[in-house]
Amino acid sequence: MAITEERPPLELTSGDLPPLEVETLGVFHRPRATHGWASWFTTVDHKKIGIMYGFASFFFLLVGGFEAILIRTQLAVPGNKLLSADLYNQVFTMHGVTMVFLVVMPLAAAFANYLLPLQIGARDVAFPRMNALSLWVWLLGAIFFNTSWFLGGGADGGWFNYAPNSGVVFSPSHGIDFYAVGLLIMGIGSTVSAVNLTVTVLNMRAPGMTLMRMPVFTWMTFIVQVLLVFALPVITVALILLTADRMFGATFFDASAGGDPFLWEHLFWIFGHPEVYIMILPSFGIASEVIPTFSRKPIFGYPFMVGSGIAIGFMGWGVWAHHMFASGMGPISVLAFSLATMFIAVPTGVKILNWMATMYGGRIRFTTAMLFSVGLVAMFTIGGLSGVTHAFAPMDTQQTDTYYIVAHFHYVLFGGALFGLFSGMYFWWPKIFGYFLNEKLGKWHFWLMILGFNLTFGPMHILGLQGMMRRTYTYTEGQGFNGWNLVATIGAYLIAVSILVFMWNVIRSYRQHRANPVNPGPDPWDARSLEWMVPSPTPEHNFDEVPVVEDFDEFWHRKYGHDEQGRPVRIAATEDVVQKGDATDVHLPSPSYWPLVLAAGLPLIGYGLIFNLWWALPGAILLIAGIYGWVLEPSTDPSAGHGHDDDHHHDGDDGDAAALEEPSGDEADTASGDEAGEGAGVASADEPEPAMASASADAEDGGSK
Amino acid sequence: MTDVALEPVDDVEFPDDVHATSTGISNPKLAMWTYLASDCLLFGGLISTYLLYRNRPGNIPGLSGSDLRASELFNIPFTSMTSFILLMSSLTMVLAVNAVMRRDVERMRLWLVATSVLGAMFLGGQIYEFAEFVNYGLGYTSNVSASAFYTLTGLHGAHVAVGVLMLISATVYSMRRQLNAEAVETLGLYWHFVDIVWVVIFAIVYLIP
Repeated sequence: MAITEERPPLELTSGDLPPLEVETLGVFHRPRATHGWASWFTTVDHKKIGIMYGFASFFFLLVGGFEAILIRTQLAVPGNKLLSADLYNQVFTMHGVTMVFLVVMPLAAAFANYLLPLQIGARDVAFPRMNALSLWVWLLGAIFFNTSWFLGGGADGGWFNYAPNSGVVFSPSHGIDFYAVGLLIMGIGSTVSAVNLTVTVLNMRAPGMTLMRMPVFTWMTFIVQVLLVFALPVITVALILLTADRMFGATFFDASAGGDPFLWEHLFWIFGHPEVYIMILPSFGIASEVIPTFSRKPIFGYPFMVGSGIAIGFMGWGVWAHHMFASGMGPISVLAFSLATMFIAVPTGVKILNWMATMYGGRIRFTTAMLFSVGLVAMFTIGGLSGVTHAFAPMDTQQTDTYYIVAHFHYVLFGGALFGLFSGMYFWWPKIFGYFLNEKLGKWHFWLMILGFNLTFGPMHILGLQGMMRRTYTYTEGQGFNGWNLVATIGAYLIAVSILVFMWNVIRSYRQHRANPVNPGPDPWDARSLEWMVPSPTPEHNFDEVPVVEDFDEFWHRKYGHDEQGRPVRIAATEDVVQKGDATDVHLPSPSYWPLVLAAGLPLIGYGLIFNLWWALPGAILLIAGIYGWVLEPSTDPSAGHGHDDDHHHDGDDGDAAALEEPSGDEADTASGDEAGEGAGVASADEPEPAMASASADAEDGGSK
Repeated sequence: MTDVALEPVDDVEFPDDVHATSTGISNPKLAMWTYLASDCLLFGGLISTYLLYRNRPGNIPGLSGSDLRASELFNIPFTSMTSFILLMSSLTMVLAVNAVMRRDVERMRLWLVATSVLGAMFLGGQIYEFAEFVNYGLGYTSNVSASAFYTLTGLHGAHVAVGVLMLISATVYSMRRQLNAEAVETLGLYWHFVDIVWVVIFAIVYLIP
C-alpha cells in the first residue's frame, strides 16, 4: 500500500541497520492486532477509520437530535417552561455546533476516508498514520466539547457566537471557552485530514486516472479538502483572538476598549461561508454517484458538474458578507455581496439541472439510496430558492434573525447534506459491511423523514415571515405563532421516529445477515466506479491489482459497450471484470499507538487552558511523546506482515502510486525498505509537528494546523 | 532506545523513480506545500487584525486602554539586525539542503546547527524586544493594538521555535539513523516560509509608519 508511495525520490541506501534499533521504542511494543476490538484503536486502515468516523458522528447525530427535540418541545406551545432562557441558549448553540462540526462534517469525512482511495484506485491515503491522527483529534475534541455540559454548561452564543455576547461579561460560564478550545482542537484534526486527502487525490491516483476521469464524488471531496485547507486557518485566527479575550484579558472584540465586534463577524463568515459548501459538496458528490447508477446513464455533463463544483468552491470565498447585511456595513459592500450571492446560485443550478437530465430518459430504479438522492435534489432546490431570496438585501433585512433563515439553512443542510449522506449510507452499506440494509424499512425511513422534515421546517418559512424571531426561548399566546409551531414540533418527532426506523433497520439487517449470510457480491447495484470492482466488504488491501484506468466510469466501461443508438450493451460478465480479493502478500502499513497518544494530549491541554494550566502539563508531555514516538517509529513494522507466499501475481510495474511491495525473504533488505519508508515518516511527521509542538507551547497556534 | 552505537550512514541514493506519485512531487513535500498554503491565511488573518487595530484606541473619549503604541517603542535598527539574522538562517538552510544533496552528512549537520543557532538568536532578540516593551509599560492587555501586535509576532515566534526544535531534532536524528534527504528539504521549505512571513511582518508592522 502506501509504503512505496510514501517513499520520496531521494532516499539513502541502507541495509546496515540492525532490526532491533527499528523495532522497540520506549515502553510500547508495536501494536500487532489487526482484528478484534483492540485493533480499532491502533488501526491506520482508511476503511476502519472511515467506519469509526461514521459511527462516532452518528452518535453525535443522536446527541444533536436530542437537543433539537428539546428545542421543538420547548416551542410546541406558547409560554412553555420546559427550558429556561439560559438553558435554551445552551441547547440551540450546542445543537448547531454539534450538527455542523460533529455530524455533517465528520459524516462526510467518513465517506471521504472510505471511498476516496477506492475511487482513485489507491491502497490507502497518502499518510495513513496522519489519517488516524485526524480521527482521534476530532473525536477527542468532540468529546471534550460536549463535556462542557457537565462542567458548568454548554456554549450559549449561537454557533456563530457573535461578539459581544461571546465575551466574559455576557457569557460568564465556561461554555464558550469549551467552544473556542474545542473548535481549535477539531480544527487541527480537520487540517491534518484536509492536507492528507488533498495529497492523496493529487498524488495517489492509479495509472490512467487523470483528474478528469475521477468520479464526481472524488472531485467534490477534493474541492472540500482544498476549501478546508484555506478556510480553517481563518476560523483559527478568530478563535485565537476569542481565546485571548476570554482567558488572557485581551479586548479584541470589546468595543469599550477599542475592539471591533465586526472583526469576529468577518473572520467567522470568511470561514463560515466556505464551510457551508464544505458541508454540502460531499452530498452533491454522493448524489452524483447514486443518480447515474440507478438511472443506468452516465452523469449528464460531467465536465460541467466538475466545473460548477470548482466554481462554487471559488465563488464561495466572495459571498461571506451576505450573512451580515443587517450589520450596517455600508451600501457598496451590500451591493457587491448581494450580486456575488446571486451569481453563486448559477453553478448550483447547473448541478440541479444536470441531475435531472441524468434521470431524464434513464431506466430509473427507486431504491432507498435513489429516493434519498432525489429527495436531496428536491429539498435542496427549495432551500436554494429561499437562499436566493436572502441575496436581495432589502428582503434579507426583513428576514434576518427570523425563522425564515432557520427554514432556509435546514432545507440546505438537512434536506441537502444529511439526505445525501443517508443516500450514501444505503448505497455503500453493502460495500462497507457486506450486507444490504432492508429496502422496505429504508423506504419507511425515507418517507417518514421527508414528511417529518417538511412538517418541521416548511412552516418555519411562514413563522419567519410572520416575524417569529429565532433564538428566543418562547413566545406568547397572542402572537399567532401557536399553530405552525405545534406542526413543526410534530414534524420533529416524526424525524426522530424515522431515525429510530433507520437504527432498527441497521440492527435487523445485521441480525438477518448473521443468521443467513448472503454476500451482496462486489457490484450489487450494477454501478460505475472503481470501488465496485473489489469484493464486499472491501478487503484490507483494497485492490489485488491496481487497475489501469482508461476512461471515466472505468468499471462500467469494462462491463458495457454500446450499440449504434448509444444504448449500453454488455461486453463482459461482472464476475469476469471484478477482482477476487485474494491477494495475500500486499504490504500494508502497520498499526500504531502514536496517533492516539498524540491526540490524547490535546484535550488535556484544553482543560488546562480553561481551568488550571498545570493540567496542561500531562497533555503537553503526551503530545511531545506522541510526536517523537511517531517520528522514531517506522511507518511499517519490519517484523510484521511478511512471509505470506502466494502465487497471486501482481502487476509490479504499475509505475504509479499504489505499486505493490513484493514480499522479501531477506530481512536486511526488508529493514532497508522500511527504513526508507521511515525517512518518509520523518518528513511527513514534520508536517503535524509544527501544529502539535506549538500547540503545547500555546494551544492557539496549534489550531492553525 | 537501544544503546547500540550506530555509524552514521553518509550515503545518499538518487533512485530513478522520481515519478512514483501522480504529480511527480513526493507526498511529504506536497503535504508541506499544502500546509504552508494554509498557514498563509493564518498569518493573513493576524496581519489584518493588526492593521485594523494598530492605532486603537484612538482619540475617542471614553474608551479604556493605554494610549501607548508598540510602534512608538520600535527599535528599528535592533529589529533590522535580528531580521537580518533570520534571513541569513535561510542561507544556512540552503547550504544544509545543498550538503545533503551532495551526500555530505557532516556538512549538513553543521549547517543545520548553524540554522538553528541563528533561529534561536532571532528568538532571543524577540524575547528581549518583548521584555523591553513590557518594561516601558506595554503589556499584552494594555490596549487592543498591543494585543494584536503580541499575538501576531508571538505566533510567528512560535513558528520559529517549532522550526528550531525540528532542526535540532533532525540533527540529532541524523547522528543515530539515516536521515532522508528529502526530509531536510521539506524542513527547509517550512523554514524559508517562516522567514518570508517575517519579511512581510517586518515590512508591514515595523517599517510602514
